[in-house]
Amino acid sequence: MSTDIHALVGAYAVDALDDLERAQFERHLAECPACQAEVAGLQEAAGVMGSLATTPPPASLRDSVLAGITTVRPLPPEVPMTSATAPAHSGRSRFRPRLLVAAAAAVIVVGGGATAIVQPWQDDSSQVQLSAGDRVRAASDAETYTQSFPDGSKATLVRSRSQNAAVLTTVDMADAPTGSIYELWLIHDDQMVPAGLMNGGDHEVLLEGDAASANGFGITVEPDGGSDAPTSDPIVAVEFENA
Amino acid sequence: MDHLRAVPTGAPDEGAPAVAGAAHLADLLKRSARGDQAAFAELYDATSARAYGLALRVVRDPAQAEEVAQEAFLDVWRTASRFDATKGSAVGWLLTIVHRKAVDRVRSAEAASRRDTTFHQDNQPIAHDATAEAAEASMEARRVRSALDDLTAVQREALELAYFGGYTHTEVATMLDLPVGTAKTRIRDGLIRLRDSMGVGSA
Repeated sequence: MSTDIHALVGAYAVDALDDLERAQFERHLAECPACQAEVAGLQEAAGVMGSLATTPPPASLRDSVLAGITTVRPLPPEVPMTSATAPAHSGRSRFRPRLLVAAAAAVIVVGGGATAIVQPWQDDSSQVQLSAGDRVRAASDAETYTQSFPDGSKATLVRSRSQNAAVLTTVDMADAPTGSIYELWLIHDDQMVPAGLMNGGDHEVLLEGDAASANGFGITVEPDGGSDAPTSDPIVAVEFENA
Repeated sequence: MDHLRAVPTGAPDEGAPAVAGAAHLADLLKRSARGDQAAFAELYDATSARAYGLALRVVRDPAQAEEVAQEAFLDVWRTASRFDATKGSAVGWLLTIVHRKAVDRVRSAEAASRRDTTFHQDNQPIAHDATAEAAEASMEARRVRSALDDLTAVQREALELAYFGGYTHTEVATMLDLPVGTAKTRIRDGLIRLRDSMGVGSA
């Protein structure tokens, strides 16, 4: 199976898989660093072939593109756990339509400051590349909150007040329903403040905003592009221990 | 220290400008991710003929190609922060987005009128045009053409049907009377050879 799937890497790089194969391959890709590296190189090769086909577009395209971007907010950067999927896959959520069952049946496990990790770096100027998530998890005041969902997916938030940062890690998170997206929130005195957007799957997301002064955290399902204030009940709501 | 090396006439250094250009485009993308609309406009001007040209090549219909290119550019703007310069070039990333959208378009609207021309009728040499972007890209294009020439005829046929034709590897196999499995191997082998002779990609 795995050998078979791996052989699809070339066809995937030129979008020559049907929908089902593409979904299967992308699931494999998320877990296969060898395929990730090969996809990157082959897509680059396909791109140089694509750049042969140049045709100046009509001027109307420039106008509509530049007018269009004024209404679209650029996504915040993401620190992906698996650095998996190639670009432009975010719109494809028609597979794995497992709906998230809401938080009623979910379990929240709280473990404060338990992550005693030997710091693998010498000082800030060393060449060791630590992700934001690594730094937060390694902080001596890291607080960890884990929520498991009935479908087996899991979301873990780690906050460090000394780092003024919070990182959400998801495992096997179901995609939000078509046309919607997960929105993350930091709660400041009962105010839900937007802290980023996230798709389903395996991710590591550094929350935007002031994590140190927040007293809670939430996730809601919002229409694509996100909302300024929640429009649905949270699927995750956590009150921080050391608020 | 430096000693001068004779430069063959008419053979300017092809590597340096392309690299500088690529770094500049990556920088424009980075600034776009921060909401810099002027940077994005510059990125558009530097890449739109390639983006639109690829969309047109795949979907054939100019009005649809324009829609595809527009969607792709808006996606580029929205997801610019997800571009990772360590994995590839800005143009490669952008064209991956354009191509995916173009292929999705022809597959979802499988209108016979756009798909009835045979591959061979359509497989004409790509027209050169006189835009600044094309002129800039022409040295690169020569390298690409010669890299494509390195592919075996059967690799190239399968690869072009898949990439420019927008057909699945299974469809390509049927069109070329190949066993299923052979087309995907040719596509992959062709891409690997292209990658290696272009010296692109980190893998």
